Amino acid sequence: MSESDNGHFEEYMFVSGHTACAGCGQSLAARIVADCAGKNAMVANATGCLEVFSTKAPESAWRTPWIHSLFENSSALASGMEAALRYLGKIDNTRVIAQGGDGGTADIGIQALSGMLERGHDVLYVCYDNEAYMNTGIQRSGLTPLTASTTTSPLGAKMHGNWRNKKPLIEICAAHFIPYAATASVGYIQDLQRKVKKALSIRGPKYIQIHVPCPLGWGHDSNLTIDIGKSAVLCGLYPLVEYEFGKLANVFKVPTPKPINDYVKAQSRFKHLLKDEAALKSLQEVANKNIEYYGLNK
Amino acid sequence: MKQFLEGSFAVAEGAKLCKPGVVSAYPITPQTHIVERLADFVATGSLNAQFVNVESEHSAATVVLGACAAGVRVFTATSSQGLIYMSEVLFNIAGMRFPVVMVCANRALSAPINIWNDQQDAVSLRDSGWVQVYAENNQEALDFVLQAYKLGENPKIMLPIIVNMDGFILTHGMETVDVPANELVDKFLPPYKAPYKLDVENPMSFGLLGDPTVYIETRYALHKTLEDCLSMIPQVGKEFEATFGRKGLDLVELYKVEDAKTVIVAMGSVCGTIKDYIDTQREEGKKIGLLRIVSYRPFPKEKVYEALKKIPKVLVLDKSISLGSEGPLYTEVKSVFANKKPKVSGFVAGLGGRDITIETIKDMVDISRKKEVRCEFLGLRPELLKEDFYVGI
Ligand SMILES: Cc1ncc(C[n+]2csc(CCOP(=O)(O)OP(=O)(O)O)c2C)c(N)n1
Ligand SMILES: [Mg+2]
Repeated sequence: MSESDNGHFEEYMFVSGHTACAGCGQSLAARIVADCAGKNAMVANATGCLEVFSTKAPESAWRTPWIHSLFENSSALASGMEAALRYLGKIDNTRVIAQGGDGGTADIGIQALSGMLERGHDVLYVCYDNEAYMNTGIQRSGLTPLTASTTTSPLGAKMHGNWRNKKPLIEICAAHFIPYAATASVGYIQDLQRKVKKALSIRGPKYIQIHVPCPLGWGHDSNLTIDIGKSAVLCGLYPLVEYEFGKLANVFKVPTPKPINDYVKAQSRFKHLLKDEAALKSLQEVANKNIEYYGLNK
Repeated sequence: MKQFLEGSFAVAEGAKLCKPGVVSAYPITPQTHIVERLADFVATGSLNAQFVNVESEHSAATVVLGACAAGVRVFTATSSQGLIYMSEVLFNIAGMRFPVVMVCANRALSAPINIWNDQQDAVSLRDSGWVQVYAENNQEALDFVLQAYKLGENPKIMLPIIVNMDGFILTHGMETVDVPANELVDKFLPPYKAPYKLDVENPMSFGLLGDPTVYIETRYALHKTLEDCLSMIPQVGKEFEATFGRKGLDLVELYKVEDAKTVIVAMGSVCGTIKDYIDTQREEGKKIGLLRIVSYRPFPKEKVYEALKKIPKVLVLDKSISLGSEGPLYTEVKSVFANKKPKVSGFVAGLGGRDITIETIKDMVDISRKKEVRCEFLGLRPELLKEDFYVGI
């Protein structure tokens, strides 16, 4: 960014200079969320890659008020911030965002998340789903897809990558009958922006889960982040859906879903699938079920 | 106004008088009555606060952290398993320097599960960076809450505080307490003005990653500020006395220690019982006294030393145990008198990954040649120890 661009720079809420890996999908998604929220927002961030690469003291990439407490409590932290803003009479013109990774959201933080949703706080929760505990070195989480190899679901004679399907976290959140719950992908930036803006226009608890490819953790080239994001959507493995008050309200249609082959080929976490037909088939089944369940091609 | 109240209701009245904007807590015996009463105040409108019904103590502590970070005065209360469940957040709150005030209804830890009183819960968290004071009776518990905010919110202090009161013995014991008038409390405790907070007008980042180049200075700053409380606690107590006309916070209380041949050291409500015992013994001419530890963190080593240095026999009564060692209060009282042979110096280094090099070891030995030290930090970066880390009153 040149000197003359400084005025423009001022408009960004999450700025460069942080230490994310090249091609990090999470940093891109976080920037979009922060920019959509604008100046009148504050962020509670869970422990994880995003927190670590964006705020190494004494530097911070955040130009909105930002706070990190622990791994599992960003929902509760945001609940407290929201309660304070309510007390101060500032909640109508300040947006509160809680965010964390898939591990911080679906596993260790799910209790605090459920509590926040159930209590009806006016908070947008954003889950950056890179499908494993990346900050600690690629361990399996409840959102790691079936068959993916991670450092705790490795390949061996007795284990062939992750043995469980992704936790249906979007449905779990929607089942709280919150006004808005959606999945999105960095592969589809406009769709993501629309969803974040829509969520922020709604009062009450909202949840957005964003698929964010991780070149290091998934083993793909760093220039492929967006393509891989798109590819996951187009094969049915990452359906983009919107729930309103517990009801499926909108799906991103995929008229002719592609086989998962191209998606898995580009990532080393799935490399064993190229030699293991049964495993490849089991993951294709997951995509097929998604296509049917959400009516992606209807 | 004098009222006949159980201790839980007395501290709830105390918290109400401080006008917290956000209250969050989770039920656990014997704390529950405190939060129930506060919920009642909010429900009836006598307390204008957001009452957040959380799903756990971990979230209760986190909610008050978030609210305090947004610049609002907060209150929480817990006990036993709840306190230990909060512990991760409690270290975090102290590290972030937010003046959260909590009442702990002291209770034993499981297993076996046991709802009755001891002080193992709070004593186990002595290293968390929170100021800890122990009330002897319900009046003190109420008064300590007012003084806790006064102390913690001082921009030179910015520390969280646990007001400890023995579970059941105080929380469920009925006593006459003087509930001070609103106007007096307002005079003593002005509204909280956060020196730093989450604010869209002035965006700041909190809770950053502190790598080995900065971490140990944050610990040093916390430690020094806790030591500053050794002078601030009595000062707040004096201000309290000037406003309300009864004795305020202090580091210790000396009861008939002057001429005593034997002095008992203890904390909390048991000190009332000990005083009664001393009175009867004194009638029989037995020279017994009591040193009551009011401030357990910071630990008033000098006061303890001064009070006990000429006493032939000291008996330390712990209501907790450092399993595998001894009573924690006993360890600390004894450490005050460890200045004989051999000379034992204490050093702190290597926190948060700061390298301990040959130079560090050399520094340590060099310092020990010049003086005897108790808690000397090695390898600090003085340029970091400015107001950023909140050190020094
Ligand atoms: C209570 C607790 N347990 C474990 C950790 C260690 N830890 C820090 S970040 C992390 C993984 C984060 O994974 P995720 O939430 O998916 O975020 P990512 O780094 O992948 O973006 C773990 C296990 C911690 N900080 N706190
Ligand atoms: Mg992750």
